[in-house]
Amino acid sequence: MTLPELITPFADYDFMRRALAGASMLTLGATPVGVFLMLRRMSLMADAMSHAVLPGVAAAYFFSGLSLGAMTLGGLTAGVLVAIATGWAARHSVLFEDTAMGTFQILSLTAGILLMTAHGRPVDVLQLLFGSILAIDRDTLTLIALVASATLVLLALGWRILVLECFDAPFLRRYSPRLSALAHYGFLVLVVLNLVAAFHAIGTLLAISVLILPAATARLWVNGLGKALVLAAGCGILGSYLGLVASFRWDLPAGPAIALALALPYLCSLFLAPHGFLRRRRPRKQHLEN
Amino acid sequence: MNTPSIVLHDLTAGYGRHPAIHHLHATIPCGALLAVAGPNGAGKSTLLKVLAGELKPMTGHVSLPAPCRQRLAYLTQQPTWSLDFPVDVHDAIAMGCWPWLGPWRAFDEAAHRRVADAIAAVKLQGFEHRPLESLSGGQLQRVRFAQIIVQDARLILLDEPFNALDETTEEEFLTLIHRWHEEGRTVIAVLHDLARVRRYFPLTLLLARELVAFGPTEQVLCAEYLDRARRHAEAFDEHAAPCPLPVDEEKDEVAP
Repeated sequence: MTLPELITPFADYDFMRRALAGASMLTLGATPVGVFLMLRRMSLMADAMSHAVLPGVAAAYFFSGLSLGAMTLGGLTAGVLVAIATGWAARHSVLFEDTAMGTFQILSLTAGILLMTAHGRPVDVLQLLFGSILAIDRDTLTLIALVASATLVLLALGWRILVLECFDAPFLRRYSPRLSALAHYGFLVLVVLNLVAAFHAIGTLLAISVLILPAATARLWVNGLGKALVLAAGCGILGSYLGLVASFRWDLPAGPAIALALALPYLCSLFLAPHGFLRRRRPRKQHLEN
Repeated sequence: MNTPSIVLHDLTAGYGRHPAIHHLHATIPCGALLAVAGPNGAGKSTLLKVLAGELKPMTGHVSLPAPCRQRLAYLTQQPTWSLDFPVDVHDAIAMGCWPWLGPWRAFDEAAHRRVADAIAAVKLQGFEHRPLESLSGGQLQRVRFAQIIVQDARLILLDEPFNALDETTEEEFLTLIHRWHEEGRTVIAVLHDLARVRRYFPLTLLLARELVAFGPTEQVLCAEYLDRARRHAEAFDEHAAPCPLPVDEEKDEVAP
């Protein structure tokens, strides 16, 4: 791929510039959430929640067509309801949270697909499942910008609470039970908000990729939390850019191309990074005397 | 004026329908250095969980004076920390400043000094920037003690604090515990080593699911009480009849 091929799509086409702006803002907000999801071992839960958004979006589509406001509200409502229902099922039955989450994920996906196919054209259904970042409009861009800004501001304000909640939740509960609950549920709301924003860009099935893949890649390379956040954001933006270039160059669907561009560095890092598979196996050549 | 005390009144606590401690009455004076001893499964850790507010009593209640309730540090038997969280020794200890700094107050010079002093007290200088996952069990226990120091608590609960420690480190921590006692803090520690209890702890509460004895250590750790504690633990009946719900004398209502 030549240098002009990396630049001209964005210089020549407005829709490519909008797509890049949307994807970059999305990853700026979503990757820190992804890092905390990973550190709290909630990545699979977030994956399930990304499917939980679907029936709400589909119900909104059923009644209002491809309306940004209705689908956002529907997705948020469904995501929050499924998060609450999962927590309730886990606390009040013998099921563990992963089982409760798995069952609600299947229910959500089934309900969403039934609703979409009942009233949808195939093109619309594909758009809901895999997004339409190349057709992103000003309103959707504004929504993504708002979600990213709100996420960054809230993470900055609640940084110490969230870090302590991740590191030693019983300690925070003992000293500040209300803040502990706020951190837990506030974080879940942030996850749902970012999943809904990601849904508008790359669809419900791939939304989780912008949260988890850059975070996992960064964790394989660095130790510190701050470094992981910066590296994850960098990976996210670079992956979005390269995904869009690949989509333009080889006429690939943009959502999956971005997800693939985020996944490839992760797969390489798994083998090459300091905390990856191969480096952990290689014996160290030198050690200090003390 | 009466010395403020920690009062356990008819305390029954446990898990599900199984109480681990039964109808416990005790009044622990603030500033006490108290060892909680007893055989395995006697309910020692359960008692600490109740005191820390992490387990609600089935019946009865615990009354903690306000300073103890508001400034309480609890060293659990197993670390509750997420050890693969990317945080180093300094930051893990600094999290003990939460009661002082809360979510938004700046980590100022005083906080830095407090953390540095705690690191020096547990002899972890040079380890400040080591990730937690690289520490040995003993080093990790030092980090946990340092966090307790930083919390500057009035009531300190220690659940088997000398696990994974060599004798020298154990002695160092016992010296630290004595210093806390001299500073007027209340220290309640669950311990198995009765020789150490006899040597370092003036008060002992001997548990075997119910109170066997409570008072000066040399009186509590006598052959008669220790034998009784052992027999109580061995006589535990998994299929015992349900304990009748007691009527709370003071409130005159059935406890939940």
